[in-house]
Amino acid sequence: MKVIKRYGLRLRRKKYRLRAMRKRWQLLPVADRTDLIRPRDVLCFVTLRNERLRLKYFLEYYRDRGISHFFFVDNDSTDGTREFLAGQPDCSVWTTDASYKRSRFGMDWLNWLLMKYAHGHWSLVVDPDEFLVYPFCDSRPIPALTDWLDASSIKSFGTMLLDMYPKGSITAQPYHDGQNPFEIACWFDAGNYQIKRNWQFGNLWIQGGPRARLFFSERPERAPALNKIPLVKWNRSYAFASSTHMLLPRGLNHVYDEWGGEKTSGVLMHAKFLDTFTLKAEEELERRQHYANSHEYKAYHAGLNEDPNFWCKWSERYINWRQLEILGLMSKGNWA
Amino acid sequence: MSSVGFVMLCHTALDRAAEVARHWAERECPVVIHVDKRVSAKANAWLQSTLSDLPNIRFSKRHKCEWGTWSLVAASQTASEVMLTEFPSVRHVYLASGSCLPLRPVEELKEYLAARPQTDFIESVTTQDVEWTVGGLNAERFQFRFPFSWKRQRFLFDRYVEMQRRLGLKREMPEGLVPHLGSQWWCLTRQTLSAILQDPARKAHDAFFKLVWIPDESYYQTLARVYSRQMESRSLTLSKFDFQGKPHVFYDDHLHLLRRSDCFVARKAWPRANRLYDTFLRADQPGSQMAEPAPGKIDRVFAKALERRTRGRAGLYMHSRFPNLDWENGKTCARYSVFQGFRDLFEDFEPWLSRRLGARVHGNLFDPVRARFAGDTDVYAGCLSSAAKLRDYNPQHFLTSLIWNTRGERQVFQFSPRDNQKIGWFLSSDSNAQISVITGAWAVPLFLSNRDFGEIRKEAAMMQKQEVEFLNILRSVKTRADVRIWSLAEFVEEPMENLQSILDAMDGPSAPRLTEAPRMANLDGFGQFLQNLKNQGMQPFVIGDFSATTQGSQTKPGDNRPYLVKK
Repeated sequence: MKVIKRYGLRLRRKKYRLRAMRKRWQLLPVADRTDLIRPRDVLCFVTLRNERLRLKYFLEYYRDRGISHFFFVDNDSTDGTREFLAGQPDCSVWTTDASYKRSRFGMDWLNWLLMKYAHGHWSLVVDPDEFLVYPFCDSRPIPALTDWLDASSIKSFGTMLLDMYPKGSITAQPYHDGQNPFEIACWFDAGNYQIKRNWQFGNLWIQGGPRARLFFSERPERAPALNKIPLVKWNRSYAFASSTHMLLPRGLNHVYDEWGGEKTSGVLMHAKFLDTFTLKAEEELERRQHYANSHEYKAYHAGLNEDPNFWCKWSERYINWRQLEILGLMSKGNWA
Repeated sequence: MSSVGFVMLCHTALDRAAEVARHWAERECPVVIHVDKRVSAKANAWLQSTLSDLPNIRFSKRHKCEWGTWSLVAASQTASEVMLTEFPSVRHVYLASGSCLPLRPVEELKEYLAARPQTDFIESVTTQDVEWTVGGLNAERFQFRFPFSWKRQRFLFDRYVEMQRRLGLKREMPEGLVPHLGSQWWCLTRQTLSAILQDPARKAHDAFFKLVWIPDESYYQTLARVYSRQMESRSLTLSKFDFQGKPHVFYDDHLHLLRRSDCFVARKAWPRANRLYDTFLRADQPGSQMAEPAPGKIDRVFAKALERRTRGRAGLYMHSRFPNLDWENGKTCARYSVFQGFRDLFEDFEPWLSRRLGARVHGNLFDPVRARFAGDTDVYAGCLSSAAKLRDYNPQHFLTSLIWNTRGERQVFQFSPRDNQKIGWFLSSDSNAQISVITGAWAVPLFLSNRDFGEIRKEAAMMQKQEVEFLNILRSVKTRADVRIWSLAEFVEEPMENLQSILDAMDGPSAPRLTEAPRMANLDGFGQFLQNLKNQGMQPFVIGDFSATTQGSQTKPGDNRPYLVKK
């Protein structure tokens, strides 16, 4: 890579860090329990808005898998999300009413918190509807994975976002507090993904799945990106460039093998398509706070009016991580 | 009476090391612990005080340990000396690490060693026979000097090795020594170990090995060859290394695998694998009495992991496997067949082939309107969409996904100059593709169509151009596919023989002979049609030589007579 290009990326990283430092004034602390963090803890970072219903299961899921402390940035929730989180013993909460869009979809806020609290920690950055599945996740906690990554001198862990959906109309089965969302949305597309390389950032760009199949079959280039790098051994000089799709410095994006082998990787199961989604889509469309003029939400809205059924006879029903591994949606790599 | 003593090298997870040390010490095995000097004084003091109630535990002088350097040997030397002087009844000394986990009751280990009182258990292999070394340094470990740290001073390390290689430097081995390598976890008899440590030439040996790379894998392994009376070249410690040269770690889910291995000690266990520690330390459950260690099953698990990491699954493209061009180890995961022109020449080619193969046969997957899956469905295996735009967004992944999604079922599809041609290069460079082409068969539907001749002529020219481009790709030197090409004229000479040759290549020489033929289109007057094209200035050369008047009826395709091939 040319020196000039490399220097350009360096400047860009600095820009993101400066933005993060500038935007920190938008964050008001609600509950600060960061003094509880011990040196080897794995941390979790989330931006959210009006997700009260999902939080119980979300916290339970990640606590079971060994996350020690949660950082939440609440973007002006009105449904009690903030109060609920402030009452949790292992959560630190900040709130802001500033624009989600102008903080680069929450990334500036999280970059700041990561810079300040995550240096030297393995950090998981997810949305409240994303659930990390990794090899042996039924018998080994996340710290087992991060210890192994440390021993292998690996600094970032790649995943693919796997859209899960129910059979039939997404409004047919209401989701209730504390429920495992994958009891309802237990189906997924096993093999219709397209991968390209982003030469500038060195990451893969993955599109496809049920959203591309239903909403973007005429404009596939606009389908949402599914590549995610949510788990990183953070250093204060790092920055997320665009959501968790890519990071700087670019070496962290190299979570795939180029010489035929498979690196260890996981899946982020995406519980977006529940009955809560139609409401959300409408609200988000009104707020216009999402990526690329919210065209994703426009497409959903148009599609959802016809009450789509993501399910088809080739859909796979989720069983466990081994199934995903066999289907080639994740890999054990050399972790045995 | 103690017959075996343990020397433990600890640097992390001291709480687990303490548990293991206590386990051994309480079962009357003396333990000498070496704690890395980099461990804080506080942690060290904690360890000493927790174990202070046990009379048969000693702590040896601390060294600063770093992987790949002499310090590890120095640590084991001092600790071994303590063991030999302080516990005169010890007959075997077992070198273990703080993250080792005893898998079988100590009593069984004692019995095992008592039955082999003169045997040293140390893996010791000549440098020519080793394949597991990191960085490809085998013999060179002994020939060069390695004063720089591989972990901290990689640049200097590499440059210095390079320089010595260029200058052809070679160190002399001390007299009487032949370089040997092996696992650093050994179990030596008092006689052998003391002979090594009390050797009058020890100073010279130590001086030599101080500059060898990773001396803990070669110091004892080389010297034991000199003194051992009876050597078993294997380690009693189950320890597996991955391709980066770091040990595989055992977790709770390895419990059954470890139990069945019948090994005495495993390295290394994840410090937080509670179930492993609880199971193997708390209870003294007897294993299969006096069984020989059999690490075979675990070997296979880890060998598979290595294969997965280095070669991966052929034909899979995903977020942690995205091979560069020509590094795929197979561009697709299974063999498949592509037919061009057959569907134009035969009226019922797809149903016929489907019956013949007992498999689903796709239409034109790269049709410009939509992907024609078998049964013309909107979605196919793996939820692949038939939408043309989605497919053309990345035709190569469309095809590799289809082949991957239908593993175990041979895929067959039609291709034509009318289709999207972007996939051409990929097909021809894929060794899993079997491509059969009848050039010029696209003229048959034109001939049978009821269209203006001007239009037909234009389309024929376009088709021929597309087909020639595809043929050039198929005939390139880079082609890896199994390619068969006939001109239409050649093919209709012997249609059954040609079909048979394709099917033979598909399912091997044992394929049954064809008994039922597909129905060929009526070609009466086809020669005249070609002549008309020529008369209009279009030269349909890919079709081959059809004479203007006779060709069509000569092969008699028109009377729909099935071609019966008699055995």
